[in-house]
Amino acid sequence: MLKDYETVFILTPVLSDDQAKEAVSKFKSLLTSSGAQMVNEENWGLKKLAYPIQKKSSGFYYLLQFKAEGTLVADLEVAYKRDERVLRFLTVSLDKHALAYSIKRKSKSLNSQKVNA
Amino acid sequence: MAKNEIRYLNPPTVEVNKKKYCRFKRSGIKFIDYKDPNFLLKLVNEQGKILPRRLTGTSLKYQRKVAQAIKRARHLSLLPYVGDMLK
Repeated sequence: MLKDYETVFILTPVLSDDQAKEAVSKFKSLLTSSGAQMVNEENWGLKKLAYPIQKKSSGFYYLLQFKAEGTLVADLEVAYKRDERVLRFLTVSLDKHALAYSIKRKSKSLNSQKVNA
Repeated sequence: MAKNEIRYLNPPTVEVNKKKYCRFKRSGIKFIDYKDPNFLLKLVNEQGKILPRRLTGTSLKYQRKVAQAIKRARHLSLLPYVGDMLK
């Protein structure tokens, strides 16, 4: 049975934009190649950290939402741990309320994009 | 002036029984987002400690979710573990 998950990770700020994109696509391809369906992705850009991690005071935040088997999460987290570019990661499963919230959030961000465009 | 009339230097504070309420129950919020540090800031004190239920009035059901969300936000460095003058 597929379950909904959401993962947020922080990449080191020393990467260039292209390198960061490359790192994100690596994790995305890892997910999709093992049978996950991508639902949503967000790029929060370079953000200041609330406290230093590995002596870095900022980082690139990315969010991926996907549907997958539970066994895939362990593989993803191993990949995070092996990757030196990842400062922090958090994967959570989404319950029905979280799912409803994420749909609302997605439509809201789409609306704001339309306003900006 | 009557002898045993009580006079106050400051006007006595009239006790208004303001009933506390759970903001999540009242406004129908079912999910507390750990990705929104500005909202979570309302539920911590200046040092970044989670405010107790007796101050915020949050119901137990949602206080557990608040605590979970704040801890997740701290892990992702969206909120500090220890802060000073957050507000």
